[in-house]
Amino acid sequence: MSAAALDTAPEAPSGSRRLLGPAPVTPLPRLDLPHLISLVEEAGLTGRGGAGFPTARKLKAVAGHSPVVVGNAMEGEPLSSKDAVLLAHAPHLVVDGLTLLGKTLKAKRLVLATGPEVPADAVEAAARGSRVEVLRLQGGFVAGQESALVNQIQGRPGVPSDPVVPVFRRGVDGRPTLVLNAETLAQLALLARHGPTWFRSVGTPRDPGTFLVTLSGSTPGLLQHPGVLEVARGTSLRHVLAAAGTDQQRAGAVLVGGYHGAWVPPEALDTPLSTEGLAPFGATPGAGVLHVLDRTACPLELSATVAGYLAGQSARQCGPCVNGLPRIAQTLKRLARPGADAALVAEVDRLRALVDKRGACAHPDGTARFVASSLRTFADHVEDHLEGDCHARAR
Amino acid sequence: MRVHVDWTRCDGHGACAELLPELLATDEWGFPLTRTGERDPKVPGPLKDHARRAVNACPVQALRVKKG
Repeated sequence: MSAAALDTAPEAPSGSRRLLGPAPVTPLPRLDLPHLISLVEEAGLTGRGGAGFPTARKLKAVAGHSPVVVGNAMEGEPLSSKDAVLLAHAPHLVVDGLTLLGKTLKAKRLVLATGPEVPADAVEAAARGSRVEVLRLQGGFVAGQESALVNQIQGRPGVPSDPVVPVFRRGVDGRPTLVLNAETLAQLALLARHGPTWFRSVGTPRDPGTFLVTLSGSTPGLLQHPGVLEVARGTSLRHVLAAAGTDQQRAGAVLVGGYHGAWVPPEALDTPLSTEGLAPFGATPGAGVLHVLDRTACPLELSATVAGYLAGQSARQCGPCVNGLPRIAQTLKRLARPGADAALVAEVDRLRALVDKRGACAHPDGTARFVASSLRTFADHVEDHLEGDCHARAR
Repeated sequence: MRVHVDWTRCDGHGACAELLPELLATDEWGFPLTRTGERDPKVPGPLKDHARRAVNACPVQALRVKKG
């Protein structure tokens, strides 16, 4: 997907064009540290990179330590292009966010780490004259994980480290390091200008503000306008799918949160895209990835393909991930074929529980979450396979 | 005290599971598997010496004890 998708996307629901709206005309205010932290706390800003961690807590962890601040625009998730679109449209907001933190936290260095999909030229132009160093780094699914990112910035292989010493204690140049997603930095740059009441004027009380979503479909033409939209937190999934011109007849379950995410079934499309709304499905707004499954496709085949991709993206450091993920993918693939037997379902369940929480990073945990959600959401389809049926094969 | 596995170092030699069977088993590939399902299992008082011995016995220094 390219940044051009932005131009073809329809208007977002009203009042929610902030990051993708016109550039702010007011200068960035000067804030002291307590003021900044209370501003972020009152606004309730959370990380927009996937984990959704409260930004104020991350700021507090490095406050007073002259940290290195890293903007994360690695965007290793193949279904996401929101950071690329944001940096094509509004690189100045991301640079502003870093500059603000540089002054307020008395940061030693400000680094903006860009993955291969991000338009680095536009970013470099926006960073000219600021303290922000733009780095072009190698991509990969786990390359944006905090410790992997720190390792690559330091010239080491971009793979995760054991989390026993977190990067907020010792990261880039051995210093406490604050890593924030590019969109989080842009949100911060607007919040500093307009204040928490403005920030909370859209979204839900518990999950305020807007976020960027990347919409895609499992087959071409399923969405008329795939690409990136800015929407208020709490907007219904149905509303967002309609804005992207989704063919409602063909739309099935929606994968929310990307390959480490979870499915929302087709009968639950009124679910609000908020932390509390998505919780019953084991999903979170994450980095805003929404992938629509075509009803006529076999969900188990897609799940097996995703699991195979995730197995291939292992950093190949941790035994349970190296051994377990390919086994999960193979077992799912057998389940997706004709003549599957019930023992395969139990085996997938056993394997995903076996890899969960047994790695230096969350790659096995995220894979386990995706696989568990696939078996849960498509339980009826699994039954069909065990009986030798699959609507996708019948066609 | 808790025991922590550095998964980036662990090669699945299995010494820890032999010396600390109350807390650790091995999975089908030989990697340590905590019996409680906790990420970093808590070490009860009587097992603390065994835990330290397991840490020292790991040939790749992948096992550590940490506070908590």
